[in-house]
Amino acid sequence: MILLLIARRFLGLLLTLLIVSVLIFVVMDLLPGDPASVMLGTSATPETLAALQRQLGLDQPLAVRYVTWALAALKGDLGTSYTYGVPVAGLVGERLAVTVPLSLLAVALSIIIAIPLGVISAGRRNSLVDYGASVLSQVFIAVPGFWVGLLLVMLFSVTLGWMPAGGFPGWNAGLWPALKALILPAVALALPQAGVLTRVTRTAVLEVMNEDFVRTARSKGLSEKTALWVHAVPNALVPVVTILGLQFTFLIAGAVLVENVFNLPGLGRLAYQALTQRDIIVMQNVILFFSGLVIIMNFLVDLAYLAIDPRLRAGVR
Amino acid sequence: MRYLLRRPILLSGLLITTFLFVVALLSLVWTPLPPTKMQIVSKLKPPLSVGLLGTDHFGRDIASMLMVGAWNSLSTSLLAVAIGATLGTLVGVFVAAVRGFTETLVMRGCDIIFAVPPILSAMMLGAFMGPGRFTAIIAIAVFMVPVFARVTLGAANQIWTRDYVTAAIGMGRNRAKITITHILPNISNQIIVQVTIQLGLAILTEAGLSFLGLGMPPPTPTWGRMLSDAQTYLGQAPWMALMPGMAIALAVLGLNMLGDGLRDLLDPRDQS
Amino acid sequence: MGSTFLRASTTLSRRAVLLAALAAGLGAGLHGTAEAAAKTTLTLGMSVEPPGLDPTVAAPVAVGQVTWQNVYEGLVTINEKGEIKPQLAESWTISDDGLTYTFKLKTGVTFHDGEVFDSTAAKFTLDRARGPESTNGQKRFFQAIDTAETPDATTLVLKLKARNSSLLYWLGWPASVMVAPKNAADAKTNPIGTGPFKFVSWTKGDRVELAANPNYWDKSVKVKLEKVVFRFVADAQAQAAALKSGDIDAIPEFAAPELIEDLKGDSKLATVIGNTELKVVAGMNSAKKPFDDKRVRQALMMAVDRKTLVEGAWSGFGTPIGSHYTPNDRGYVDLTGVHPYDPEKAKALLAEAGYGSGLTFTIKAPQMAYAQRSSQMLQAMFAEIGVTLNIETTEFPAKWVADVFKGSNYDMTIVAHAEPMDIDIYARDPYYFNYKNPAFNDVLKKVEETTDPAAQEKLYGDAQKILAEDVPALYLFVMPKLGVWNKNLTGLWEHEPIPSNVLTNVSWTQ
Repeated sequence: MILLLIARRFLGLLLTLLIVSVLIFVVMDLLPGDPASVMLGTSATPETLAALQRQLGLDQPLAVRYVTWALAALKGDLGTSYTYGVPVAGLVGERLAVTVPLSLLAVALSIIIAIPLGVISAGRRNSLVDYGASVLSQVFIAVPGFWVGLLLVMLFSVTLGWMPAGGFPGWNAGLWPALKALILPAVALALPQAGVLTRVTRTAVLEVMNEDFVRTARSKGLSEKTALWVHAVPNALVPVVTILGLQFTFLIAGAVLVENVFNLPGLGRLAYQALTQRDIIVMQNVILFFSGLVIIMNFLVDLAYLAIDPRLRAGVR
Repeated sequence: MRYLLRRPILLSGLLITTFLFVVALLSLVWTPLPPTKMQIVSKLKPPLSVGLLGTDHFGRDIASMLMVGAWNSLSTSLLAVAIGATLGTLVGVFVAAVRGFTETLVMRGCDIIFAVPPILSAMMLGAFMGPGRFTAIIAIAVFMVPVFARVTLGAANQIWTRDYVTAAIGMGRNRAKITITHILPNISNQIIVQVTIQLGLAILTEAGLSFLGLGMPPPTPTWGRMLSDAQTYLGQAPWMALMPGMAIALAVLGLNMLGDGLRDLLDPRDQS
Repeated sequence: MGSTFLRASTTLSRRAVLLAALAAGLGAGLHGTAEAAAKTTLTLGMSVEPPGLDPTVAAPVAVGQVTWQNVYEGLVTINEKGEIKPQLAESWTISDDGLTYTFKLKTGVTFHDGEVFDSTAAKFTLDRARGPESTNGQKRFFQAIDTAETPDATTLVLKLKARNSSLLYWLGWPASVMVAPKNAADAKTNPIGTGPFKFVSWTKGDRVELAANPNYWDKSVKVKLEKVVFRFVADAQAQAAALKSGDIDAIPEFAAPELIEDLKGDSKLATVIGNTELKVVAGMNSAKKPFDDKRVRQALMMAVDRKTLVEGAWSGFGTPIGSHYTPNDRGYVDLTGVHPYDPEKAKALLAEAGYGSGLTFTIKAPQMAYAQRSSQMLQAMFAEIGVTLNIETTEFPAKWVADVFKGSNYDMTIVAHAEPMDIDIYARDPYYFNYKNPAFNDVLKKVEETTDPAAQEKLYGDAQKILAEDVPALYLFVMPKLGVWNKNLTGLWEHEPIPSNVLTNVSWTQ
């Protein structure tokens, strides 16, 4: 029964991806300008333009191009970038080497900031510490990530000269130089996440603290601290992890801006570039990758709920 | 009043938001200097030397630009949220009333909209329609519709299972009437809270769009573009980046605190 | 006891050796690169990443800025002064009627993949550039060529359809470089030429690496650099930081003039302000009311205080121009005085044209800083004469090319024209200005027909005067080349007669 449900959700997931991919293809095609005229600039003759369009296959009708791409994609060939003339899979792979570590670093940072802050403010509910943490988390949420990026550059790169102002030396340059280039952008990305996460953690811990088993534990004479960290926190992690999954969408959206501020050759920048160069094939794959990630995250979160919450499972049966 | 004083979050949210609205409205009739007036001779002057908050790279008065920016940012966000909230709520209550396949369809539609990162779809929209206030409003509203649809649907579904609603159905009242008399009044608090919170998010998004050059065209000052202009002047004129960033943060902070406070006040059950 | 000691000592030494090796490895690595950087490696920063590395199939100037004269060479070349010099053709003769060009090619030249450069390769390159499948952005260059013949391996004969005095100059351009026939199809991602540097790798979105070509044909040149890295950094703030930290050694075209003052303060760096061919002009759609009226265009020109505009838009770096011509072009005439800044006269002229009560129109401005800032300056200046200018940011290149360039759907626009000696664009039809003046076309036709340089210069002077009078576009300023590089570097071009980064003679003094 539960397998059937999963299968149905999975089918829905594929359908969503399919619709998204058609939408992107159509929208990108409707945009003024095409990759051939972007590449040829302002001196090209009309026949040159036609020749390039022919070579790129742009003279084919939209539907034909879509089906060709989709069929090849099903076989694992994601297509060739119009502008770079190389397979998209490789391009995306290169960029993932920046975006994935960046996102992971940001998630790690936000956890490091948020969990202790949330737990402590839950443990000392309505104290000054709690209010302070609350205001702090609100501020984290309120500041735009790209602005934090600018401020960090101003302080650590322009004034102090400790950190690179942007760009990515590549992992070949060594672990530390590469990580160093990712730290400031990761901080800029992590702060809003940390704000949301702090609040979720606090609420979740408070709820668990009120549940019977924690109350029992406390009435048995367990110290407040032990009750909090040993019993409440692990049980409160479920909603926290869920929110982490859901926040992923915002993380990726933020990455587009932050990668631009810090000039990082990540996936967000690739999408931005592909858009300006009208590179439909690249755009298609990058957005599908993003949306696939988001949809799968949602799917996993749903599954997690099913696994955790017996009531939902009962409902299924 | 005493009630408000016991709720510092609500009170500060209310104060900040009121302040911003007052400044925004004031900018329609008065600013210290014309916000688009260029004075190349007094460009990049620090705060208090020329004007209250200094000047930008064209010698324009930053304080005046911020004031007008407040109006542009708030009005754009308000419009976007109003559109999104109205459409989303309508969709939500409609789907809650009919359920069935429509619900699956609408939820799938929401998934599709959520699936594409907002900034990317806004960029595509910008490339398509050209930048401008209209583009920004549409780009933001598109994401508000599914948010409100989901919130409304969830809340409305709960109300539909209440005894008095079941009774009303039993009495043969039609679903449209029940929606108006029972459902909407009972979910309005949740919608109001959501509007406040989404308003904050809309301001952030609008700033991001303007930062990327997809907002209102110059010379109209917007906070996002002021920030993007400031990028290469970080070393020489840090105030150019500090001021608009603080304005954005303050606005979002105020609205979020107001939303939080309202939630405690109106909707004490749900406290996440 | 002795044995215990021994064992202890071996353990210790093993660990010590390991540590030492580790330290040495790390140290050597760091030291090694630092040392190499000071001698024979150059890291050069550019704002824009090229969309491919074959300048004969993609038009963006960034392509040539990586490959021209470094990887690829032409039959002729253009030197820093903008003069035509022999390169793969060691000499040439032009028949008296100007219709037959006979090139004597260098011998002993090979491409990086070992293929021999000869007249067949040259003919292949030119035929590819002018053939029906050509995607060369400058295909018009080669349209004057009727046939290319190869009587022997070192002789190339071009027969022209009509006289063309610009052909030789055009053959020096990046779009005319010689490609290896076997490699041509892959040149976009794996360029193979005859130049002093070989292509090594391209990390998209980040860098292109070149290495010295040990078999370079021109033995009179001593190439000192062994490795060149082109890095693509779009953000000016990041460029500045990379220059200061030494991550990047040189940025020949620095993106943000407002940061130059700051960089001048750095004792490691040299800031070199040179000439370019980048003419910032605000074109008007002469096919559309009110721009079909010359008086309106002239009035708008007189509303512009070029000096203030340069100050506001480009931090004072830039030379005002009065026509579509730069002071470094041959036959330049300073025409900024033809329609000098005079708002009162501008107002009167507008009134005379029937727009005394004001005028409102839209400028489609690309997103680049120079265009956005200049538009805002124009907006403020036009307001002084009662003209309301709306700014519509138009994404460059995609939307701009579709809307303005191809669609002619605009009132006014603003772009920097990068191509040298492109005054002939005003004679092209169709072209986005929709400017039609038979007298102007006549002058340019005469330029093509004469081979006497002095006569040509005089004719170019006439062409400039016509444009300055007619104002099909508001002539604003020439952007300077803001070069910033390490003080110990020599040999980088100070001026830029053609968009390029020629590295043949670059070296470190210490």
